Amino acid sequence: MRLAIGKGDLLKMARHGVIKVSEGRTEEAIIGILKSLLEKRVVEAILIPKGVPSGEGFVQSLIRDPEKLNGVSVISPTMPVQSARVASNLTFKNLGKKVAAVLKPCEIRATVELAKFLQVKLDNLYLIGTDCPGTFEVPDYAKMSQEGKGGERLRAALLKGMSEGEVPMIDGYAFRTACQMCEYPVPQADMVFELFGYPSDQEIGVEVGENLEKEIEEKEILSFSKEGSRNRADVIGKVTAERMKKRDGFFQEFREVVKDLRSFLDRFSTCIRCHNCMVACPICYCKECVFRTPVFEHEGDQFLRWADRKGAIRMPTDTLIFHLIRMSHMVTSCIGCGLCDSACPSRLPVATLFRSVGDRIQKMFQYVPGRDVKETPPVATFREDELKIESGSL
Amino acid sequence: MADFEPRIVAFLCHWCTYTGADLAGTTRQQYPPNIRIIHLMCSGAVDSIYVLKALIDGADGVLIGGCHPGDCHYQTGNYKARRRVAILKGILNQMGFTEDRIWLRWISASEGKLFADTVTKMVEELKKMGPNPMKQLWDA
Repeated sequence: MRLAIGKGDLLKMARHGVIKVSEGRTEEAIIGILKSLLEKRVVEAILIPKGVPSGEGFVQSLIRDPEKLNGVSVISPTMPVQSARVASNLTFKNLGKKVAAVLKPCEIRATVELAKFLQVKLDNLYLIGTDCPGTFEVPDYAKMSQEGKGGERLRAALLKGMSEGEVPMIDGYAFRTACQMCEYPVPQADMVFELFGYPSDQEIGVEVGENLEKEIEEKEILSFSKEGSRNRADVIGKVTAERMKKRDGFFQEFREVVKDLRSFLDRFSTCIRCHNCMVACPICYCKECVFRTPVFEHEGDQFLRWADRKGAIRMPTDTLIFHLIRMSHMVTSCIGCGLCDSACPSRLPVATLFRSVGDRIQKMFQYVPGRDVKETPPVATFREDELKIESGSL
Repeated sequence: MADFEPRIVAFLCHWCTYTGADLAGTTRQQYPPNIRIIHLMCSGAVDSIYVLKALIDGADGVLIGGCHPGDCHYQTGNYKARRRVAILKGILNQMGFTEDRIWLRWISASEGKLFADTVTKMVEELKKMGPNPMKQLWDA
């Protein structure tokens, strides 16, 4: 594998540069670079969120014609799909030419996880990341834009906030829960546009990893320098600390509510077992999910036997086993994008559940999902000298 | 509670614990009859779904028997089973299911006595715990 997301690896090799922004048009400056990636044939196409004509949202789009880059957004404030899934669709079968994907940090981390499970091929895919301020729920953003709180104005406020590490206050709206508690606002990728800690109406930073660095320099797309933002590290530190505080708060709150199976079932009693969380989840990649096989098509008499034994049973059945099994399958690789939350029609705190449970399981194996494509997921490996039964750890 | 007889579903590896259970029988080891054995080719073939299904549908305990570390017939199945069980137990613990109703034990084909002792011990422990609350949840 070519891509080195590992912090040690990538940052050591990475080259840094500063992009000057004219007339305060930050996104245009970045789009300019992306345009030259297309025009100078570094890549044949770019995957990037593009505004829909109504202005009420963004969709992922695969752009081949540089002119069509007008109207794209590098800090689109919504995440309608987990683009790791899109990256999987794109690269899984015969992608013969280079493509760049402009993704959010959690999408990059999910892409890395999927690459480990051989669901994304990184051979012809360059990952481009942008510092992420957070995203809004898709219907929220549509309303915001109807109320004149979206669009350019919002993006300008987000950019301004990022230079200081502040979250802009938007009347009546908040970032998605998963974004509020996301401690990875800075991506690791082949190319990263840096916004935190930069006066982004004047200049922003860019970091280019070893895969792209040579070609970018030879084709004169960027020039590298030693300059950078002096307070970037502080701003990132501040943002991350605030989000981790929020995260721990959410975890604690959740753990107080869900103390045992009874309270779990009470909290999740409105689950309609629609499987939306599973469909939205980038980590749930199985082509045939056990919950959609005849294993869970029980015989009529079986339902009666259950009802007979327990006096009554909830229909549809198998809610508890669905969530527990889904957790045991994906929780070690859960990158916390929260799309399960966004997809839940019953507004259940599924993302908080998966993240808070995942946090402890991941720590058990000192595993950080999405950190490094060279790492092996805990479910696919083992150590001989771990989890001793004699010592009571199992 | 005195006459509570726990029900244990056991998933036993063909190459070790299943044969160990056989040996317990042929050498006339005594152990309680509370166990229902399911014969698998490897402890690594135990999916978490089997364990949960058993616990939700009426078992009071689940025993998984595999080969001692280093002895797996398929090289690494038992190590994978161990991680899987650790993950499942980690999840259940956080759901407040803290009682130790899932046992993973290494019992070789020659350890008939150990098999009988393990079942005896497990039945004793489960009797102390009482019936598995999970099987009574009507809305599970």
